[in-house]
Amino acid sequence: MSRLARTALAAAGLLVFLGIWEALPRLGLLNQVLVPPPSAILAALAREVTSGVWLQAVASSLSHYAIGLAVGAGLGVLLGIWAGMSVAFESATAWIVRIVRPIPGLAWVPFAIIWFGVQPAAAVFIIAIGVFWIVFFATQGAIRGVDRDLVEVARAFGFRSAFARLVKIMLPAATPGIMVGLRTALGQAWMAVVAAEIFGVPGVGQRMMQASSLLATDIVLVYMLTMAALYGLIDTVFVAAQNWLLRWRA
Amino acid sequence: MSGSPDLPVIEIRGLGLAYERDGRTTPVLSGLDLAIRRGEFVAIVGESGVGKSTLLRVLIGLARPSAGSVTLNPGTRAPAQTRLPPMALVFQDSRLLPWRRVLSNVTFGLEWSGVSRAERPRRAIAMLDLVGLGELARRWPHQLSGGQRQRVSLARALAVEPDVLLMDEPFSALDSFTRESLQDELLRIRAATSRTILFVTHDIDEAVYLADRVVVLTGRPAGIGAEISLDAPQPRRRRDPALAEAARQLRLELSQRSAEL
Repeated sequence: MSRLARTALAAAGLLVFLGIWEALPRLGLLNQVLVPPPSAILAALAREVTSGVWLQAVASSLSHYAIGLAVGAGLGVLLGIWAGMSVAFESATAWIVRIVRPIPGLAWVPFAIIWFGVQPAAAVFIIAIGVFWIVFFATQGAIRGVDRDLVEVARAFGFRSAFARLVKIMLPAATPGIMVGLRTALGQAWMAVVAAEIFGVPGVGQRMMQASSLLATDIVLVYMLTMAALYGLIDTVFVAAQNWLLRWRA
Repeated sequence: MSGSPDLPVIEIRGLGLAYERDGRTTPVLSGLDLAIRRGEFVAIVGESGVGKSTLLRVLIGLARPSAGSVTLNPGTRAPAQTRLPPMALVFQDSRLLPWRRVLSNVTFGLEWSGVSRAERPRRAIAMLDLVGLGELARRWPHQLSGGQRQRVSLARALAVEPDVLLMDEPFSALDSFTRESLQDELLRIRAATSRTILFVTHDIDEAVYLADRVVVLTGRPAGIGAEISLDAPQPRRRRDPALAEAARQLRLELSQRSAEL
């Protein structure tokens, strides 16, 4: 099948889906409150945007997302490098990791609220924990997998210190593996955003809970689709950055 | 440059190396003596696994000898002027850093040294021109052929202007056509730069075609066995009967030694 035909078919499929979705509640076959039609979502989006609520919710969610991601990924890369380069550190932490790692990120919610209150810091904490483990293991594996032959090149040309080895060889060689971890973490972090905010930290998740308690299902859908769009956008930008950063690969 | 042409640029005395594994000691090199004069091209031949590469690894500092000494510029007491490493190694596989462009692979060895940031690319370009790849400075390593990669690796080693250029079977992974053209290229570069070269190979014909002197590394643990000087002036003919005779003697030497084991 040609590329054009595939695109046309995909567009047609989406239109049929939206058409059926629009028709069922409008024809009275489904309750409009339980299943709001797409046109109602557009109207709800317009209302949310003009009242300024949408922008505020998105901005605070994005700030939780960005800070949580930065903290979790930063610590994950740092400790992942350490565990990847030092057998002693890896051994010393092996059992701690084995106990703490299987705890689901959302199981930390009670402590997040006890420690930080229903505050942005609690959301950041939940997001950072989920991101941390993904990035930590990706980094550790990537560092461990660095071709020893390349490390030898650095030694042969005079780079003897561990720091020089890290900067000149280990980090650039491990970048592809670390990027894979980061990309997984980008998706994981959105889940954590919703979960953390559902408990009341201001943002998209909290707005969804408010709307659902008022049975404003059209607004709930506005924010569901908003998150899908934001994730899609962020992932696209990340992949573009990744391709540029890794343009040295065949 | 210090020292007269007659003095060795490097003197290896009583060199020994043993691997320790599971409480067992396996000697690899023992009582190895070798002196190389400035500007000389010495080839080391020997069976695979005899310790040829290990010797180069000791010289470049990747392996620690358990006995003996390696002296650079013996007899001179010139203090080190720069931090430039006195030796550079061309590996069997080019081992370019894939995330660096060709130019920056060549500057790599200069980054540790005292060479200024502005001077590095200039020197790297000059070396790339010398190996005939000046045009490809902006390429990534994966865009090069095997022969081109090995040329870049040679340029990287030459850029540090080593007292001794170490080469570890640098052409053995290439097809025979590329190999012969790189051999001739190496001879041309050597004539242009008068570098001292220590060249490890298992290819006896390659050794006698390139070198002023061929030494046999043999025994377990290995030391220097026979050695043959080749007086034929460069450029040489590959089918030169004198070279063929030298190769025959070296083969004989190698087969006798291995029969004794």
